[in-house]
Amino acid sequence: MTHYVFIESRDPFESRDTRFVEETATALKQRGDEVTVFLVQNGVLAARQNARDNSLARMAAAGVSLLADDFSLSERGIQPAELRPGIERSGIEHLVDVLVQDHTKAIWH
Amino acid sequence: MTEKRLTLALMEPPYESATSTTAFRIISAALNKGIHVNVFAYEGAVCLALKDQAPHANPVKGTTVEEEEHPTTRAFVSSLLEVGNGNPLLTWINCGLCVDERGAANAVDGVKRGSPADFLKMAQESTNTLVIPTR
Repeated sequence: MTHYVFIESRDPFESRDTRFVEETATALKQRGDEVTVFLVQNGVLAARQNARDNSLARMAAAGVSLLADDFSLSERGIQPAELRPGIERSGIEHLVDVLVQDHTKAIWH
Repeated sequence: MTEKRLTLALMEPPYESATSTTAFRIISAALNKGIHVNVFAYEGAVCLALKDQAPHANPVKGTTVEEEEHPTTRAFVSSLLEVGNGNPLLTWINCGLCVDERGAANAVDGVKRGSPADFLKMAQESTNTLVIPTR
């Protein structure tokens, strides 16, 4: 089994092509692969509970692991309590740990 | 334990987006974990290490150069190369053609000149490779 890691740096309210990540991540998960989406930079803006974007909720429901970079959250004033259910606060150190695991493929978006 | 090695391809020029900062954070975190890192700087990313970059004052805030402490990407590259000067090792290669196009040959110490063939070799020898493109 391959572990696919999507590093999403784009704000879904600015870049509609973030849909690519949702569709690809969900399809890979349905095929039986392990899939993680790591939100970084403006990608974390969709992680707020009040954000009107349901792509993260759909991915969480599909079994995709959702992580949000703590540094990016802090820079944008997003508190842990503001995160949507299913999104875990994480850090760049964890991302590095994942990147150097065997059978891991990383895609920056 | 098998040695881990991570290769990054960077393309974003300095002072353009938050991507450079994220890339520096990934490199720093990997080196702090004892992971060897290769960087292939392509296109505008070759200017990240340009030695001619100078910190500046901020006339809007009325601060001096010293007070402003303006961070330059070349200083970040130098710091990372200091951390990765042995074990773990940071290898930073600038694309030679990209350097020539931009007149960016005056890079900080430790930066090497190469070609996409070096990137291929780096990727083949690495545990994993992350390509961080421009938009």
